[in-house]
Amino acid sequence: MFSSEEITEVIKMLTEEDLDIRSVTLSMNVLDAIDRNEESSISRIMEKLDLVKRFSQVVDEVKEKYGISIITKRVATSPVQFFLEVNPSKEYAIKLGKAMDSLAIKGGIDYVGGFSAFADRGTSRSVSVYISSLSDVMNLTNKVAGVLSAGSTFSGINLSSVRGFVEQIFNMRPESSSRVAVMVNLPPDSPFVPSATHGLGMPDMQVNVAVSGPGVIESAIRKSHVNDVRELHDVIKRYAFKVTRLGELVGKEVSRLMGIPFGAVDLSLAPSPKTMDSVARVIEAMGVERVGGFGSLTALAILLDAVKKGGAMATSSVGGLSGAFIPVSEDSGMTEAAISGSLTFETLIMMSAVCNTGIDMVGISKDSDRSEVASLILDELSLGLSLNKSLGVRLVPIEGKPGSIVDLGGLLGKVVIMPLKGIHSTISSMDGFIPNFLKRLEFG
Amino acid sequence: MELAVVVVVGSDKPGIVAGISSELAKNNVNIVDISQTVLRGVFSMIMIVDISKSSVKIGQLRESLKNKGRELNVDVLLYHIDVFNYIERI
Repeated sequence: MFSSEEITEVIKMLTEEDLDIRSVTLSMNVLDAIDRNEESSISRIMEKLDLVKRFSQVVDEVKEKYGISIITKRVATSPVQFFLEVNPSKEYAIKLGKAMDSLAIKGGIDYVGGFSAFADRGTSRSVSVYISSLSDVMNLTNKVAGVLSAGSTFSGINLSSVRGFVEQIFNMRPESSSRVAVMVNLPPDSPFVPSATHGLGMPDMQVNVAVSGPGVIESAIRKSHVNDVRELHDVIKRYAFKVTRLGELVGKEVSRLMGIPFGAVDLSLAPSPKTMDSVARVIEAMGVERVGGFGSLTALAILLDAVKKGGAMATSSVGGLSGAFIPVSEDSGMTEAAISGSLTFETLIMMSAVCNTGIDMVGISKDSDRSEVASLILDELSLGLSLNKSLGVRLVPIEGKPGSIVDLGGLLGKVVIMPLKGIHSTISSMDGFIPNFLKRLEFG
Repeated sequence: MELAVVVVVGSDKPGIVAGISSELAKNNVNIVDISQTVLRGVFSMIMIVDISKSSVKIGQLRESLKNKGRELNVDVLLYHIDVFNYIERI
């Protein structure tokens, strides 16, 4: 049936190498709760509570059945923007945020994503209200997450929405800003927060799963002692397959028990602040002394290619961001590199060329020039459009100077303020939207 | 049949197999396959068990085996066979 080597390998992955399911996310359509009357709209949102509770129980049952660790349970709702379309008021946006928070708390889940809006080419009336409410909503809630889609290959990039986003995050507590991101080419089925939002064209409900697994890949590389790069690629591919299969198993079982479709597995290698669960350490295991050194991009490119090829074989339902996450605070190796100065914003932008997250969980000083911050974000988003990729930025403005650290605890880890360049940049202050690039014409 | 894998690891001493087997029998769990080695005093055992007629849910069974393991001073793990089917087979 199974050799003792196979059984031992699985046990090691689960017990020593931190193989776990990062998140099971219930993605659900809540647009039936749209109503001009605020009270009836909120009460219709709260009618979803039984469903959320049931989802939470089902995830616990699956956890019990398989004996594996499922770190977070999340819900992704339809973008809140559509609620604000019929009633564009900031007070209503705050009420909606609080209702989502209460849905998460009462439903026993960790985060509810979907406090999100699309402003890819222009800022509609609902998005204008959405942006103006963002800091209040995030500061007044604990479990709500959201993403501002500020551009796409189809539409270009909306400059004023990026500026609005920057203004808002500067008014947030550090923990609040960890729950919002600005992105381009937002996928409709991400299981990760803050990008998780129930996308357009999705069924009423589906289950999306996020796996972890950097520890498994690192350990496989270190044990393999290979010198041939193709053999190294093969080792990663084989283990990426195994990691993704666990996601497939859990997703299918949750979806079976809930009686709703299985949506997607996000192949992304997601790190956590635990030492054994770091993408940076994988890069280091591949021969780069410290992440950020030359060779990091080569290592990441090989890693990503192998992860995608192995993962694609493991599931027919690839979704979300499906790359490798490089959140600086959530990855102990990345945090150390940021503290030592080997990891800079340029390195992160460079790494974004091959992975699908971007500049993630990086501290910036609250004294920073906001137009420089907006320009930094635009550099990342422009790369997303140039390469036709999902990329985003999640910054954490903190009182302090470069090098200062704020420990957000749990999965969020230690946020380090990384130095900007101090070069004033007004390109982000221009009017209009960045025209969609030539990649757009590849669609016809 | 609904199979699960029991893994027991610890320092060798009399009564480990008996202790774990009786805990399984108490919960009406049948042993389908068993392999055991002792290497430099470290006892390790892998059992394939049928939990389809188990009198308790798999979570409770896991807990009771862990408790038994504590008495015997060994680590006991219990995983559903699907975990291995998915990870080790295409």
